[in-house]
Amino acid sequence: MKPRSALLQSHDISKSFGSFIANDKINFNILEGEIHGLLGENGAGKSTFVKMVYGLLEPSMGEFFWNGNPIKIPGPQEARNFGIGMVFQHFSLFPTLTVIENIQLALSETQPLPELRKTIIEKSQEFGIFVDPDTYIRDLSVGEQQRVEILRCLLQNPKLLIMDEPTSVLTPQESQQLFKILKILAKTGCSVLFISHKLKEVKEITQRATILRRGQVVDTVISSEVSTGQLAKMMVGNDPQNVRKKIEHKSTKILVKISGLCRPANTPFSTPLLDINLDVKAGEIVGIAGIAGNGQSELMEVLTGEWRSKDSIDVLDVLGVDIRDYSPHRRRQMGIGFMPEERNGHSAVMNMTLTENTLLTNHNNPEIQKNSIIENNNLENLTSNIIHDYDVRTPIQNPLASSLSGGNLQKFVVGRELIKKPRVFFVAQPTWGVDIGATKFIRNAIIELANEGCGIIVISQDLEELFELADSVSVLFRGKLSERKPVKELNSQKIGLLMGGEDVSFISRGI
Amino acid sequence: MFYLTLRKETPFIFRVSVPIASILLTILFGIFIFSVLGYDPGKALYHFFISPLSRIDRIADLFVKACPLMIVGTGLVLCFRANIWNIGAEGQLIMGAVFAGGLALSLPDTLNIWLLPAMAVLSFIGGGLWAFLPAVLKVRLRTNEILVSLMLTYVASLFLDWLVRGPWRSPTSFGFPLTNYYPDVGLISKIDFPGIGTIGQLHWGVFIALLVCLLFWFMMQKTVFGFQVKLVGDSDKAFRYSGFNESKTTMMLFIISGGLAGLAGMIEVSANMGQLQPNISFGYGFTAIIVAFLARLNPAAVILAGLLIALIEMGGDSAQIALAIPKVVTGVFKGILLFFLLAGETLTKYQINFKYSKRRVPYD
Repeated sequence: MKPRSALLQSHDISKSFGSFIANDKINFNILEGEIHGLLGENGAGKSTFVKMVYGLLEPSMGEFFWNGNPIKIPGPQEARNFGIGMVFQHFSLFPTLTVIENIQLALSETQPLPELRKTIIEKSQEFGIFVDPDTYIRDLSVGEQQRVEILRCLLQNPKLLIMDEPTSVLTPQESQQLFKILKILAKTGCSVLFISHKLKEVKEITQRATILRRGQVVDTVISSEVSTGQLAKMMVGNDPQNVRKKIEHKSTKILVKISGLCRPANTPFSTPLLDINLDVKAGEIVGIAGIAGNGQSELMEVLTGEWRSKDSIDVLDVLGVDIRDYSPHRRRQMGIGFMPEERNGHSAVMNMTLTENTLLTNHNNPEIQKNSIIENNNLENLTSNIIHDYDVRTPIQNPLASSLSGGNLQKFVVGRELIKKPRVFFVAQPTWGVDIGATKFIRNAIIELANEGCGIIVISQDLEELFELADSVSVLFRGKLSERKPVKELNSQKIGLLMGGEDVSFISRGI
Repeated sequence: MFYLTLRKETPFIFRVSVPIASILLTILFGIFIFSVLGYDPGKALYHFFISPLSRIDRIADLFVKACPLMIVGTGLVLCFRANIWNIGAEGQLIMGAVFAGGLALSLPDTLNIWLLPAMAVLSFIGGGLWAFLPAVLKVRLRTNEILVSLMLTYVASLFLDWLVRGPWRSPTSFGFPLTNYYPDVGLISKIDFPGIGTIGQLHWGVFIALLVCLLFWFMMQKTVFGFQVKLVGDSDKAFRYSGFNESKTTMMLFIISGGLAGLAGMIEVSANMGQLQPNISFGYGFTAIIVAFLARLNPAAVILAGLLIALIEMGGDSAQIALAIPKVVTGVFKGILLFFLLAGETLTKYQINFKYSKRRVPYD
């Protein structure tokens, strides 16, 4: 094999958002005609990186080299001019227009339809992408729509095609067809940057892969020379060595009992929950692992009461009470605390002050409200207690939530729930996008709560977090919950494989 | 191109100079327009701004004119704060007047002083019912509340027309579309200041209007209800997380705003007309939309916004009568005034950037 030159080289590319470093000195290169994998968990910094390559974000530091020359990519148009094409995770096609019309719309220079049809047919034969130019997008399957997107990129003769999580929406068969197309592409000399968190695929399709973890490059490997196990370990990190401060609870008192929870998908983008069974004892922390989009937010909505149904759930008992049709408000009154994943506009309202955000989950508290009139002094006291006890650093007295850093706002939101000493606590992504200091603080607070006898469910994509917090872990994959295993019997490699859908024993056959 | 970005802090000099500049520009443009069209700009501006404020009884009339605008505007503030678009306040106002009028007309000889409070309650129910229709359709069938509430306005208006021409027409009206007069206990009297007597047309309804504005201002500031209104407008996810019920809140706000519009209709008739007629509102339900936004969706500021709109309305009338300036010209001038006012307000809050940013992340 003759040595190939680097098409795109990333030199010390870094990106920070405020104090949060999303990409920290990314160094690797993509060779000509190479399918290069970019592997990492959610939040590892993959998307941030490709957005910089495609000109959607500006690097805070570092440089890109294109064929050895330093380049700046100020926007997507310039990226396309260099020969960089990108297929997004979510397609941008008009369902009511035909394939050829959609392609025509995206071209920078208008081409008459007959001529364009000829080009499309030529290209699709060249690369084995078979789509009828005259069908309507709405009549195409997701895989076919993706092919239209790829075709659209190919008409601009790209030298580098970025595919962002292309298989996340495909069936296994469709994935195989996609891989064929990508291999033909590579043979013609076009490089592909293939972004994924699925180990098997990366091993199957890529020649080399760069693994990202927490914004840093772990390594660039030759895919055929590593096992999926080794990849998993690189992706999620070593098993943490931390000494757990958690008390081993011997309680047998069941605080939460869920069985036969089936939630139908109510939009094309949501995941149905399939027969979920779970129970939590006092003092126990149950971890739920899994890649985002496998039913986590749907499950959380069931736990908080934002989605309620008596028909779809057989049992949802908390503290011995059937709470299936209890509103979030009533659940809170029972001593259930909960905190969804998203800070921005869900667990906190950005353009409201911290006192107003305190009111968000305390408006039924008789200390805070008498006859619907807000007791401002008590509310302010509670807010400053949260700020003090949970070490929230505020720029001014009672600032807007939006003026706090992610970590500080998260500490505030966690504190707001924990200060009430809930008897049961449901939390999703407690330390998502939070700096290391705040992460430690929040995890310790959760452990302390469990030590006081609270039953806790932690939904998280961060395996380190689950190892630190949980007594036992299940994996949520395509709406199904895997068998629960004590955390001692697990290591990150095993869970990593489960998260990537490696274990077929619980993959639902319905999908 | 240019775009607006929120100022972190408005410099003091801006807060003083921008309002002054908008007033000066309004006057400058006014002078320009009036002189181009051949009217004496000095006199025209006098009639617009000075004349309505030149005598105590005229100031009192300003409050009378602003009264329905304040009440309806307050209700709309609640809705708009919650991102609910009730555009049919005009119809709700009419239905309130119809409900109250029905009671008053069915008891022509009563001397019971509870008639007026009962009419107030009925008007609230009437307006509330008319707002309940678009609300329930929105919540249950996901119809567009803007369309439904707007269309119901015409239904209400034609319904009133039919009533006063048909079943409710007074036998003594010589064929005019008018109902009988309400009994005296169904009328709102003018405020009789001890030692001074009445001032202009100032009636007790104005007092109610001010009370309504202040009451709802207090509710927005100090109660969980106010928090709920702000929250539902801000973020529906956080709203559900908080444990409130979205459908219930939507319906409640619709009914409150409709009820307030109905109350305004009843006050308008009982204080100024004493009987139902085909036209009982002069677009108050629509003008109140401007009032609500001019007040920046703050119920206390609705008082000032209502007075300001009343001032330009009365000033326009006065200029038309005294100088024979056509209605369209006074209309243009009113538009200019609002334009500079709102532009000035916007510029104190936002700053203009002329550099176009390409880096808008389309997906995240």
